[in-house]
Amino acid sequence: MKLIIAIIKPFKLEEVRDALAAAGVQGMTISEVRGFGRQKGQTEIYRGAEYTTSFVPKVRIELVVPEGQAATAIEAIQTTATTGTIGDGKIFVLDVAQAIRIRTGELNDDAI
Amino acid sequence: MSNNHNGKVLGWGALGALLLLLLPTAALAQEAAAAAAPVANKGDTAWMMTSTILVLLMILPGLALFYGGLARTKNMLSVMTQVGGAAALAMLVWVGWGYTMAFGDGGNAFIAGFGKALLKGVTPDSTAATFSEGVVIPEYVFICFQMTFAAITLALVLGSVVERIKFSAVLVFGVVWLTIVYFPIAHMVWAGNGLFFAMTPAALDFAGGTVVHINSGVSALVACLILGKRIGYPREPMPPHSLVMTGIGTGLLWVGWFGFNAGSALEANGSAALAMINTFVATAAAGLAWLLVEKLFGRKPSALGFCSGIIAGLVAVTPAAGNSGPLGAIILGVVAAFFCYLAVTFLKPKLGYDDALDTFGIHGIGGIVGALGTGVVYAATLGGPSDADYDMGAQLWVQLLTVATTIAWAAIGTAIAIFVAKLLTGLRVKEEVEREGLDLGEHGERAYNH
Repeated sequence: MKLIIAIIKPFKLEEVRDALAAAGVQGMTISEVRGFGRQKGQTEIYRGAEYTTSFVPKVRIELVVPEGQAATAIEAIQTTATTGTIGDGKIFVLDVAQAIRIRTGELNDDAI
Repeated sequence: MSNNHNGKVLGWGALGALLLLLLPTAALAQEAAAAAAPVANKGDTAWMMTSTILVLLMILPGLALFYGGLARTKNMLSVMTQVGGAAALAMLVWVGWGYTMAFGDGGNAFIAGFGKALLKGVTPDSTAATFSEGVVIPEYVFICFQMTFAAITLALVLGSVVERIKFSAVLVFGVVWLTIVYFPIAHMVWAGNGLFFAMTPAALDFAGGTVVHINSGVSALVACLILGKRIGYPREPMPPHSLVMTGIGTGLLWVGWFGFNAGSALEANGSAALAMINTFVATAAAGLAWLLVEKLFGRKPSALGFCSGIIAGLVAVTPAAGNSGPLGAIILGVVAAFFCYLAVTFLKPKLGYDDALDTFGIHGIGGIVGALGTGVVYAATLGGPSDADYDMGAQLWVQLLTVATTIAWAAIGTAIAIFVAKLLTGLRVKEEVEREGLDLGEHGERAYNH
């Protein structure tokens, strides 16, 4: 099993979700996060006082997929989340030791 | 119309036929009063009751939301409580000794007599004069109307010291400041024997440009200079936590300001109508002018800029409300927006004082622009309600003297009041409290639990 963490532009979320669903992904968790990479922050001005926010809003997607589905899911995210400009985000892939479905106690691939 | 120089100047007087003797225009009224005691007109009374409540709306929730939105999340409740607490305190002090110090019988150029302490002798039958001969309103209504002015002025001052001043310090400062600054200045500007009204020509201040705005603005500046900057200012970002609330507060302030300005006519009449249209157009002009100035300086037209422009316009038109034609009011609004923009954007960072919510930058500067500008737009040649032989030079000189005296009086009195508060309460919250927020540290609550 692989844990895929993708940090993407917030407005790309629906597109990515649809692509993952089409690729057969059963579920995911998303959160609104802030961070920085190569993309510069934004400047806000209140009555002349200028503040540069060094963190920009992003959406983090987490999903766990069986070994065989990982490549398809990663490709689905990468192709839909891209706009070709800086700030498109990153995808990280980790090995998962165990997965348990809370309701039934099913394990690993059955639990995903 | 030429009698309507000062919104409230005659209002204190004819609380009885005897007092009418003191008024410059009292001769006819005296005869009328001798014939039959004037009865309050129900329309005027209803309008003045409405105006009074509109001014209360400016404070709660208007100013509380306007200021609260500009503060940081951790200080929202502190700002609201300080604004509300200060206003409530001012109401009680007003009844105790404020009204008599400002509008009581006798006294001198600086304060009135103490005969009406605790509103002694005032009954439902007591009346207060308006600007028209023989037209009166119930004295209790006049007392309430004026009470809201004292309340909002004290609350305005707090804009510069929020996010670090103790609540107890606010209360002590409030009592002293009202007593030695607000009541004397209100008397000087609005009472028949007051210093500024006794000048020739009388100072023009329809609804409180000096008493409320220059006074609160200068007091705010002095208070924040003595109190010191917030920890981290100006290095750490301190953006407003909710411009939505500031926007709602701005709307409530504008609505309430019709009570403030048009109510200062003391009657439901043409003078109130003039103040009403001016309170519309000066404000509209200033709101748009601020956005234009932002654009000229290469900025985006901002929501906070629009709100700031609206307040700047309202402040500037306050002394001019019944003393200007609509065109003059529009010009005044534009000029005020320009100067207030420069004050908050360039003057504050350059001098480095921490006027947290820009009370000086908007009320102080806007008030000065308004007070001096009123001397210009009053002229009949510019559409104002002056006589044809209006001497603008002489009027401007009086306006300047009034402004300078108010600035000096407010500065000295505020310094004294702040030091008394420091002596009794320590003035400033502990560093941990300031970092954690005054909501938790001073009040034991959070504004937002989610």
